[in-house]
Amino acid sequence: MSRILGLTGNGAVAYAVKQCEVDVVAAYPITPQTLIVEEFSEFVHNGEVHTEFVCVESEHSAMSACVGASLTGARVFTATASQGLALMHEILYIASTLRCPIVMGVVNRTLSAPINIHCDHSDMMGSRDCGWIQVYVENAQEAYDWVLQAFRIAESPEVLLPVTVNLDGFILSHSLEGVEVLDDEEVRSFVSTRKPVITIDPNKPITVGPICFTDFYFETKRQHVEAMNQSPKTINEVNGEFAELTGRRYNFIETYMMEDAEAAIICLGSTAGTAKAVAKRMRGRGKKVGVIKPWVYRPFPAEQILKSVENIGSLAVLDRACSVGAPYGPLCSDIAAVLYKENVKLNIFNVIYGLGGRDITPLDIEAIFNEALEVAETGVVKEPLKFVGVR
Amino acid sequence: MVRLNELTTEELFTPGHRLCAGCGAGVIARMTMKALRRPTVVVNATGCLEVASTIYPYTAWKVSWVHIAFENAAAVASGIEAAYKAMRRRKAWDREVDIIAFGGDGGTFDIGIQAISGALERGHDFLYICYDNEAYMNTGIQRSGATPHGAATTTSPAGTKIPGKPEFKKDFIGICAAHGIENAATASPAYWNDYITKVRKGLEVDGPAVIHVFSPCPLGMRHDSAISIELARLAVQTRYWPVYEVERGEYKLNIKVPRPKPVVEFLKLQGRFRHLFQPQFKHEIDIIQRWVDENWKRITKLCGEA
Repeated sequence: MSRILGLTGNGAVAYAVKQCEVDVVAAYPITPQTLIVEEFSEFVHNGEVHTEFVCVESEHSAMSACVGASLTGARVFTATASQGLALMHEILYIASTLRCPIVMGVVNRTLSAPINIHCDHSDMMGSRDCGWIQVYVENAQEAYDWVLQAFRIAESPEVLLPVTVNLDGFILSHSLEGVEVLDDEEVRSFVSTRKPVITIDPNKPITVGPICFTDFYFETKRQHVEAMNQSPKTINEVNGEFAELTGRRYNFIETYMMEDAEAAIICLGSTAGTAKAVAKRMRGRGKKVGVIKPWVYRPFPAEQILKSVENIGSLAVLDRACSVGAPYGPLCSDIAAVLYKENVKLNIFNVIYGLGGRDITPLDIEAIFNEALEVAETGVVKEPLKFVGVR
Repeated sequence: MVRLNELTTEELFTPGHRLCAGCGAGVIARMTMKALRRPTVVVNATGCLEVASTIYPYTAWKVSWVHIAFENAAAVASGIEAAYKAMRRRKAWDREVDIIAFGGDGGTFDIGIQAISGALERGHDFLYICYDNEAYMNTGIQRSGATPHGAATTTSPAGTKIPGKPEFKKDFIGICAAHGIENAATASPAYWNDYITKVRKGLEVDGPAVIHVFSPCPLGMRHDSAISIELARLAVQTRYWPVYEVERGEYKLNIKVPRPKPVVEFLKLQGRFRHLFQPQFKHEIDIIQRWVDENWKRITKLCGEA
């Protein structure tokens, strides 16, 4: 029996973590993530969970404690944002290569300088190559749903990789929505308890994290790549089971009005909501536009994206992060690589938007759609990389 | 007090590791393992002990051993301790486990001190052991916050104007004791009984405990590898390395040194102090002696001995 609760994005994450009966949460406060750990600590102090909440003295120690706890066999969660994720950076790689199935909420916030607490994706994109499965959500419902699925995916013996669930700072983290939640018992049977494959059980001693030189390091990394490459199978299975349970069908990407679209926008996170609303309005005026929203960013859903763009004439790739000095932002670089690799000639252009929380309005989106339609019609990309919303 | 014939003959830190001949860390690790009381997990900060004891696919450890990074051994230990607590709560784990974290002086005094302070403040039940060879020996003898005044390292060389490290050693145990923990102690591998007793005590206390142990380093301190333990004994007998413990704020001197040898006896065996014996830098030896005297006075006063 599901119920609708009024939850913020952060509240939805905290509620999901509570229902997943996490053993250890080690976290440090940072805006706009803090509400997750504040709400969770209320569950702890009211005796509603068995969780050991370690209020560490930094995000670096948060991720370090998470790795220690995960190696012990515990189910582990943490959450952070921005500078906090950057401070964890060193340990993110260790968590993934040591195959620790940690789940982390990343409440996306820009990176300093100048210091700014608002949304963009430069924090997660800065750690894009850390070897974690990375999911972006559009609203609080998706945040709740993906946290539940993330534990299943991460802890699957077929995967054993950590997962980040990214939600846009303030836009999602602090907005109240009606969120359909499952009963505790339903979550318990869906997520189950963690069944670790190997732990540091002192009765069966093992050595974890030894120094590994030119003779073995490369193989370790190759195995990590292989684990990521194999993960879509499990992600797909978990998405399927979740759909059976809730009726909410997730996939690697969501496509909206793409069936006969001539031009489309692809973007991550909450902006997809705005883009979908604008696309619907423009459809009313006969403009054939659609939206592609990757939920899963790593492993990169190349196959699904390629399929979704088969019949369009132009694609606007929206990046809420920039890679200074690179030809495109991170998402667009991936798209371009996939198109080139598969020898698909599609006119794309990259829009960098919303840095430091700058609003992206329906009017901005409409202008991008119109430009994409023009590119589809003329076959000419005037501006391969443009900045929208900057003065 | 431990009796020699009571010590286990089982070696949980095994021969065949690649630490240098005469390295204090190997002796300390071995003695530590002799003091265990039950299944134990060892967390090791990046450093000599870590790189030399676990070159993949080999390991010298017969206990569960974890290395994550340089600055976070105490945080990793916190996570392990928290995990066992939570798993016991949901009845997925039923045994008692001891947790020991090892760090060198770089991983402890410098880059790791924040994680240590956090873990001590939170009161995790673990024993932190700093094996202090007084510089970043693993990366090639660079100065740390634990390097003593006057010592030559590769980043505080014996120059013609600046003779070694100008600064003095940090009071690490004072910092730990200020957290109000149950037990913080210094030790020397030359006094095996004192050390093993302290390891056992550190494991037995409920909550965090810290041991700061002198670790001779033939390569970095530049001494004969055959005299490591002798040097560790001289460090105590010259009052350079007072051996004491702090129990809930109460200082207690464990090894009395009524007739101290001059610190020069300790210095002259080590190449890192060789330059101080040149006529223009001889006053530096007096400065070190003065530091030793003042530090001893301060510690013994705290111990109620002065």
